[in-house]
Amino acid sequence: MADKVLSVRGLNAYYGNKKAVLDVNVDFYKNKITAIMGPSGCGKTTFLRCLNRIHEVNIEARARIEGDIFLNGENIARMHPILVRRRIGMVFQKPNPFPHMTIYDNVIAGYKLNGIKKKKHEFDTIVEQSLTRTALWEEVKDSLYDRGTFLSGGQQQRLCIARALAMNPDVILLDEPTSALDPIATAKIEELLNELKENVTIIIVTHNMAQAGRISDYTAFFYLGELLEYGTTEKLFTNPENEKTENFLTGRFG
Amino acid sequence: MKNPSVSKRMVKDHFFKGLVLFFASLVVIPLFLLLGYIFKKGIGAINWDFIFSMPAGVGESGGGIVHSLTGTLILIIIAVILSVPVAVATALFINDHPKNKISRMIRFTVDMLQGIPSIIMGIVVYIWIVLPMKNFSAFAGGVALGIMMLPIVIKSTEETLKMVPESLKEASMALGAPYYKTVLHVILPAGLSGILTGVLLGVSRIAGETAPLLFTAFGNPFLNTNIFKPVDALPLLIYNYSTSPYPEWHSLAWGASFILVAFVLILNLITRLVVKKWQIKY
Amino acid sequence: MTMMKAGDARGAEAVSASRLTSHKMKEKGFASFLLFAGISVLMVLGAFFVTLVLQSWPLFRETGFSFFTTLRWAPMEEAFSVLPFLAGTLMTSLLSILIAFPFSMALSILLGEYLKTGPFAAAFKSVTELLAGIPSVIYGFWGIMILMPLIQSLQMKLGLIPYGVGILTASLILSVMIIPYAASLGRDVISMVPGELKEAAYAMGATRSEVVFHVILPYARSGITAGFFLALGRAVGETMAVTMLIGNSNFIPRGIFSPANTMASVIANEFGEADGMHTTALIAVGLVLMILTGLINYAGKSIMKRFQVGG
Ligand SMILES: Nc1ncnc2c1ncn2[C@@H]1O[C@H](COP(=O)(O)OP(=O)(O)OP(=O)(O)O)[C@@H](O)[C@H]1O
Ligand SMILES: [Mg+2]
Repeated sequence: MADKVLSVRGLNAYYGNKKAVLDVNVDFYKNKITAIMGPSGCGKTTFLRCLNRIHEVNIEARARIEGDIFLNGENIARMHPILVRRRIGMVFQKPNPFPHMTIYDNVIAGYKLNGIKKKKHEFDTIVEQSLTRTALWEEVKDSLYDRGTFLSGGQQQRLCIARALAMNPDVILLDEPTSALDPIATAKIEELLNELKENVTIIIVTHNMAQAGRISDYTAFFYLGELLEYGTTEKLFTNPENEKTENFLTGRFG
Repeated sequence: MKNPSVSKRMVKDHFFKGLVLFFASLVVIPLFLLLGYIFKKGIGAINWDFIFSMPAGVGESGGGIVHSLTGTLILIIIAVILSVPVAVATALFINDHPKNKISRMIRFTVDMLQGIPSIIMGIVVYIWIVLPMKNFSAFAGGVALGIMMLPIVIKSTEETLKMVPESLKEASMALGAPYYKTVLHVILPAGLSGILTGVLLGVSRIAGETAPLLFTAFGNPFLNTNIFKPVDALPLLIYNYSTSPYPEWHSLAWGASFILVAFVLILNLITRLVVKKWQIKY
Repeated sequence: MTMMKAGDARGAEAVSASRLTSHKMKEKGFASFLLFAGISVLMVLGAFFVTLVLQSWPLFRETGFSFFTTLRWAPMEEAFSVLPFLAGTLMTSLLSILIAFPFSMALSILLGEYLKTGPFAAAFKSVTELLAGIPSVIYGFWGIMILMPLIQSLQMKLGLIPYGVGILTASLILSVMIIPYAASLGRDVISMVPGELKEAAYAMGATRSEVVFHVILPYARSGITAGFFLALGRAVGETMAVTMLIGNSNFIPRGIFSPANTMASVIANEFGEADGMHTTALIAVGLVLMILTGLINYAGKSIMKRFQVGG
C-alpha cells in the first residue's frame, strides 16, 4: 500500500453549534485520486475545507473543528495555516481566476501573494510548466498578458488548477471542479487529473458517479456528515459493504 | 530565491491591521470633540426662555430662538408638501416603466440633482421666486429645500417599490381592481415604510441646510408665520450668530446647534426604528 | 381589506357602463399624473441649467471670455474673473481629499473586510453616520471656535500672519465632512469583492493583508476611485463650513495658509449685497460650479456603474 499523505483522526466539524461532520477517520494515499461522494448536504464541502484550514477564513460561518489532521505525519493544527495552504492547494467549484490579473500573473499569483520573489525567467518557466501540465499552454501562450476572464469556463478552471499547481503542493483539493462545465471541458479536466497524479495527491468531491468511476483510485462515501464507507473505487462500486452506499450508487436516492 | 519567513509576514499582517485600526479610530476624535463641545456649551444655554422667547437686543445676554424654531418648522412643512407627492409619483412612474427612456433620463436627473451644490439651489430659486415676487419668503426657502429633498425621497421610494413582489400587484389586478387602485391600496401601503424612511432622511438632511436659505428665506429677527414673508431658520441663526463678534450670541449659537443636532439625530433614530419595525418582509 | 374594496362590484353585471368609463378616465388621469411628475423632475434640472445660462449671459456678451482669462475679481471696477475661485475651490477640495484619504481608506477596509459585523462594526458605522448627519454650518461654527485658534498658534510658531482662516483650515474641516461619505462608498465597494476570490488567495497561503493588497484593492480599484470622485464632487460644492473658514479673499491663493474663496463661498458671501453685473458674474460663477460638480459626479457615477456591472 502507498504512503499516507494526509491522515484524518476523529474529525468533527461544526457551524456554530450545528454539527456538519461526525467523527471521520480516513487516510489519503500518495499519488492517488480519492473521490468524495455522497448526497447533497452530507458535509463533503465542509470536510474538504477543514483539510487546508480554509474554514478558518470565513469567520461569519463560525466553523470549527475537533480532531486531528496530519500532513506527512505533522499535525496541521500546529503548523501555520499559511504553510498548510501552500502545501495543500485548492480548486473551487466555480472557476475563480483573479479578474484583475493577467493569465501570467494568475499562474504565479501564489508566489506574488506569498511575497516570494523570483527572477523573471524563473517565473516564465513556472508559468510554462504549469500551463503545460494543465494542457492550457498551446491555447493561451499568445495571450499570456491578457486578463484571464475572456477564457471559456473550462479554460478558466484549468487556469485555476495551474494556479494551484504552480506552488508545487503535496495535495490538491477540488470541490466539484467540473459541475459548472460542459462534457468536453469536463473530459479534458479528468484527463488532466489522471496525468497530474504522478506528482500530486488529489482529493476530489464529485456528484458525478461516472466521473468518480473513471478517475478515482479510492472513494469515500459520506452520509449525513459521517464517513460510511471508504475503500478502493473498484471495491466500492462493485461490492459495497454498506446498504446505503449501494442504494446511492444504484441511484435509489441522492 | 528569497522567501520571506512566515513570522515576518505575520508581523507585517499585524502591523497593517494595527494601522487600519489606528487611522479608523482617529476618525472618532473629531466626532467626540464636536459632540462634546455642542453638548457642553449648548446644554448650558438651553432653558424655557431659550425655546419660547424672542432674542434679546444686540450684545445683551438671555433671549431665545422661538422665531427660528418656528421658521424651520414652516420651511420643513412647505418642503415636504411640495416634494413628497412629486417624488412618490415619480418613483411610481420609474417603477412602472423601468426600461423606458424617460425613466432612464429621470434616474440620471435624480443622480445629477443630488450632486448640485446647495448654494446653487439658493440662487436659482432666488431668480425663480424671490425676484418676481419682489421679496424673500418662507415659500421660496421651502421650494429650495423641497428640490433638495426630491432625489432622496425618489430614491428611497424606488428602492422599496422594487421590493414589492410582482405577485402582490397581480393578485390585486386579478381581483379586477383598476391599476390606480392597486397602486393606492396595495403597492403604496406595502412600500409605506420605505417612503417614510425617505421622507425622514430627506427632512434630516434639509433641516440643517443653510446655503439654500441665504437668499430665499433670508432670515428674520422677528417671529413670522406668513409664508410669503422672510422667516428665520435654525441654521441661518447659527450662521449669523456664530459669525458675529458678540460672545452672548455665540452662546445662543451653541444652544441652537445643540437643538439642531439633537433634532437631526432623533430623526435618524426614528428612521432606524421605522426601518426595523415597519418594514414588511416578503 | 383593500382588495375587497376593489372587488366591490359584486359581479360583472353590476359594473355599469358609466362606471367603467369613469374607471378608465381615472386610470388615464392617474397615469398622466405619474408621467407629469416624472417630467417635472426632468424639467427641474433642465430649468436650473437654462436659468443659470440665461442669467449669466449678459456677462459673457459684455466681456467675452475675460471671465476665464483674466485673474482679477474686483466688483467695484467691474472686473470679473472666475479663476481665483476656481483655484481656491480646487486647492481646498483636493487638499481635503488628500487629508481624508488615509482615514477613509482605513475605515473602508476595516468595515468592508476586517469588521463586517458585531458591536464594534456597528459602533464605527454609527460614528460615520453621526459625522455625516451634522449640518455644515455647525462644522463651520465649531471650526471658528476651536480650529481657528489652533491654526493661529501654529501660524505664529511658523512666523506667518496668524489669520487662522484660510485654505488649510477649510480643508481640514472639509476632510472631516467627507470622510464618512468616502468611507461608506469605499466600504460598499470593498464588501462587493467576491468571496471566492479572497478564498482562492487564502487557499494559496496569503495572509489577510496580502489578500487586501493583492486581491481586494486591485479588484475594487475602480470602485474606490469612483468613490473619491463622488467625495470630490461634495467637497467642491460644499458651501457653509468653507465660507466660514476660508477667509474670503478674492485673490489667487499663494499657499495653503493663505485666505481665499471658493466658487461656492464667494456666492454665499457676495450674492446678498450684489447688484447689476456683479450679480450676473456671481451667477456665472454658479454656472461654472454647477458644470464642474456635474462633470465630477458624472465621472464618479459612471465609473461606479461600470464597477458594479463589470467587476
Ligand atoms: N456557512 C454555513 N453555515 C451553517 N451551516 C452550513 C454552512 N455551510 C454548510 N452548512 C451546513 O452543513 C451541512 C453540510 O454542508 P456541505 O456544504 O458541507 O454539504 P455538501 O456535501 O458539500 O453538499 P453539496 O453536495 O450540496 O455541495 C449542511 O447541512 C449545510 O446546511
Ligand atoms: Mg458542496
